[in-house]
Amino acid sequence: MDKMLYIAASGAKQDLLGTAVRANNLANAQTTGFKAQLEQARAMPAYGEGLPTRVFAMTESPTNNYESGPLQTTGRDLDMAIQGDGFFAVQDQNGAEAYTRAGSLQINANGMLQDAKGNLVMGDNGPINIPGAFNNISIASDGMVMTRPQGAPETELAEVGRIKLVKPEYSDVKRGEDGLFRMKNAELADADATVIVAGGMLEGSNVNAVDEMVNMISLQRHYEMQVKLMKKADTLSTRANQLLRIL
Amino acid sequence: MHPALWISKTGLDAAQTDVSVVSNNLANASTVGFKKDRAIFEDLLYQNINQPGGRSSADTELPSGLMLGAGSKVVATQKTHTQGNMLTTENALDLSVQGRGFFEIQQPDGSLSYTRNGQFTLNDQGQMVTPGAGLLLQPVVTIPPDAQQITISQDGEVSATIRGQAEPQVLGQLTISDFINPTGLQPIGQNLYVETAVSGAPIQGNPSVDGLGSLVQGALETSNVNVTEELVNLIESQRLYEMNSKVISAVDQMLGQVIQQL
Repeated sequence: MDKMLYIAASGAKQDLLGTAVRANNLANAQTTGFKAQLEQARAMPAYGEGLPTRVFAMTESPTNNYESGPLQTTGRDLDMAIQGDGFFAVQDQNGAEAYTRAGSLQINANGMLQDAKGNLVMGDNGPINIPGAFNNISIASDGMVMTRPQGAPETELAEVGRIKLVKPEYSDVKRGEDGLFRMKNAELADADATVIVAGGMLEGSNVNAVDEMVNMISLQRHYEMQVKLMKKADTLSTRANQLLRIL
Repeated sequence: MHPALWISKTGLDAAQTDVSVVSNNLANASTVGFKKDRAIFEDLLYQNINQPGGRSSADTELPSGLMLGAGSKVVATQKTHTQGNMLTTENALDLSVQGRGFFEIQQPDGSLSYTRNGQFTLNDQGQMVTPGAGLLLQPVVTIPPDAQQITISQDGEVSATIRGQAEPQVLGQLTISDFINPTGLQPIGQNLYVETAVSGAPIQGNPSVDGLGSLVQGALETSNVNVTEELVNLIESQRLYEMNSKVISAVDQMLGQVIQQL
């Protein structure tokens, strides 16, 4: 009896964790550059004496969905989206290099290029600094940031730095607790010249809302079945008690 | 009680903030010199439930872990300082900046604020002031009462023909200010912005010089709000809101069921 009750209870608990992952995806359905988390349940056998019946479930997030999100045209000079695979490098709060696809950039008061969270954008040689006032700023398809300094003729463009673009294998990348991506082996990814950037665009979240809702329903029904089994275990033990009463 | 309830609640909050931003943009779709805002969404911190690579038994490891995100929030509203459309009015005191730069306006306390709204008018002393609160345009230009025709050149020189004089008289020079990060300016209402730590210091200069924008007399810069874009944003936020509330009701049903059944 106790096996059935506890196994069903652990299943129900894991289903609730699964719904939390789905809920987080839905909450971030409008977050720029967000990559949906995948969620699955895995069998965790805990064999002991007697019949090998104790197989608990465990919810896990094996990887993220790295498909590209929809590209939205914004027309803003400092918006950029990565076309196809790849990330751009930023400096996280601890000064280490991390990767992201949320390309809503801005310039801070010190003239440093930063992302919407305030992380400095990394160039090939450290964070990118935009020197002095400029008329115009643009990001080329290879990540080169170019400005037309204030007062310079239309044809004179100054290259201020190249945003570090990387394309590691997605299996080598993990999401950190701050939502930025890092290499699993804690090394730095190499700059990759094949990553293409589109200026004046942003990449939307790649969360598929229909998918998430369907999974939500499936988790909900699965949870109901677990609760039914818990109820059944209760009924069985009540019956057993009744038998004892007759005797 | 249950993480999904709070995660969805953050999604509802963010969607609601976005709707407020969209509605403010739509309300200002015909405000001269208005720059549209957009809400920046960010994912919140992640919580590590199962560490990948943790031990699952004496000699096996978990191949993948479980990270629970805490939802989303709107971290910032960002002004998009793109040029609005040009609206020709033929009014001599209507100005617009074509390119970078803001008009300087003196606040009642003497501090400076900045605007892209060039609908100026005169006060009782003939000084150029903003139409609403009547704040002084800096540097102060005084138009004499007998001025006939006011001309403001592309580089900011204000001149007027005076009754009985053949030559137009130069009355003053307008300057405009630019910022390294205009997005960092703080909007204070009345179409005005004030300098902040992240906007950088104002770079003052004559219009059309050193890359500052040029002045266009008799024209206004309309709001840069794109109504279609805002309506699409509204649809997206509304549906996002609905889906997050669906998750809350699903979790509620799940918890309700366990209470009833057991």
